[in-house]
Amino acid sequence: MDNEKKRKERIDRGIKVRSSDVFALTSWREMLYLSAPRLLPVVGLLILSIVLSHYWQRVLLSVSVFALLAISWDILAQSGMVSLGQALFFGTGAYFAGNMNHYLGWPPSVTIPLATIFGGLLCTLFLVPVLRLRGIYFSMVTLVLPLMLVRIIEATRIFGGTEGLSGLSPLPNRWVELYLIIAVLLAALFGFRRLMNSDYGLVLKGINDNDRSVMNAGINIYWFKTQALFIASAIGAFAGAFMTHVYMFVGMPVFALDYSILPIAAAVVGGMGTLAGSMLGAFVLVPLSEILRPLGGLRIVFYGLFLVVFTVAVPEGIFHYIQRKYHQFERWVEVE
Amino acid sequence: MSPSPLLKVSGLYKNFGGVQAIHNLNFEIAEGELLGMIGPNGSGKTTAVNLITGFVKPTEGEIGYRGKNITGWPPYKIVRLGIARTFQMVKPFYQLPAYKNMIIPLYSPRVKKITGGKYGDRNAVALDLLEEVGFERDAFVAYKAASVLPQGYLKRLELAKAIALQPDLIILDELFSGLSLAEVASIVPIIEKLRQQGKTIIMIEHRLKELFRIADRVIALNYGQKIADGQAADVMDSQDVKNAYLGSE
Repeated sequence: MDNEKKRKERIDRGIKVRSSDVFALTSWREMLYLSAPRLLPVVGLLILSIVLSHYWQRVLLSVSVFALLAISWDILAQSGMVSLGQALFFGTGAYFAGNMNHYLGWPPSVTIPLATIFGGLLCTLFLVPVLRLRGIYFSMVTLVLPLMLVRIIEATRIFGGTEGLSGLSPLPNRWVELYLIIAVLLAALFGFRRLMNSDYGLVLKGINDNDRSVMNAGINIYWFKTQALFIASAIGAFAGAFMTHVYMFVGMPVFALDYSILPIAAAVVGGMGTLAGSMLGAFVLVPLSEILRPLGGLRIVFYGLFLVVFTVAVPEGIFHYIQRKYHQFERWVEVE
Repeated sequence: MSPSPLLKVSGLYKNFGGVQAIHNLNFEIAEGELLGMIGPNGSGKTTAVNLITGFVKPTEGEIGYRGKNITGWPPYKIVRLGIARTFQMVKPFYQLPAYKNMIIPLYSPRVKKITGGKYGDRNAVALDLLEEVGFERDAFVAYKAASVLPQGYLKRLELAKAIALQPDLIILDELFSGLSLAEVASIVPIIEKLRQQGKTIIMIEHRLKELFRIADRVIALNYGQKIADGQAADVMDSQDVKNAYLGSE
């Protein structure tokens, strides 16, 4: 191609103009353009659930759990609360479900929903006193809380102490496990994306942007932050309760740092502020860590290297990059 | 003056550590009045506003609004009573388009109460309000992100956010600072329109000429104390005010 005569032209599609009207129904192409990004995760997950081997199905469970934690982290971050302690939500939900199953003998169909709600409430209660803290001060408290809970369990030997509680009821079979987590993940993704794009979500984002200005609009920001906190902790608590019944075990590892750090890495790699990006990040990072497993100890080195290269090369995150490209036309035009 | 003032500040003190920002401040404002508040830099004007709107808690003293003691209330409750303010340093949500900035005040419980829970299309209400303060609808200024708007528009946006709350008392903290003469001239009619609607307004200003043209009454502060109170001309004639601005011999 003769580069002197042609140049690349780039046009951004007006997304708003195209999508918010009935005009989307004018052609199949238009409808596909709008629905493809939404259908992709649904169809993709359903296909994956069928074609994957037993081992990779287990990986998919773990990926989905981390995706939920990343979504939970993203919701908090968008509301101006940078959390370093998703393990708190995960662990609280896990222990709630484990104890209800072990001591009261309730089945998973009861313990998982209850653990989601009460785990969410308890975590919210833990963090309400520090809601006034901003930035790094809030983060520090969220980092410390799960570490404290582990030590309390270790020292007082409650809830099985260092041994944990084992022999808990499993979910009926692996298909129930798989489709339950896929359904919840998709519901969380689409539901909370819609919520964050509503006027309610706008208030939450406003708090992140400028909390005094939101206060000045007659809105009680602490009440809104509490609600966001409950939503995020309930998502994390569900993930914990679910994994408890998958592993049929709950113990101190549920408060491990992995559950706090990996969701943040996923959100950064995938792209913050969209929920979809955070989920995508989990779907890249967790399988990558599995693929690198044969490398043994060197795994972490390559994993770390990948993270560094990635954050430098695509700092906006995968999702933002794909989204931008999707809405752009590029073509070669003649230069006069 | 009407028997019960809209806002009554009595015996107000505020210390920041050893600094006395406000020292025994007393003043009243009647319904429908436009009160100007002047004073040299650091004289406590903005602190007075922060005290009235609840962003700062007073060390001592009382603030009454419509006969209700609102001292030490949190800002969001004070806004719900009908006191709205603008910030001297504009505080927009930079990421959002200008009209989306308006959604947050429009979402507040006060607006919900006034409109009986029916907001209507908030985007449309936001665009109407912005047009009122001078966002030209034809030029689509309201759709631009706040981060790219010039200072003049940000000040108007700040004003529109206060108006959106449908307040009875509006406190404008140096609305005119950093604006050109032409921009000030275009905002003055908006303020006059608010007065016709019966709103009470407190204006903090350094642009004395523009302020005196519209203010009913002016109070002057220095070192957190009121040093003059009355008609604009009388206040400027006061020896204390001259000393405060120019220094005494």
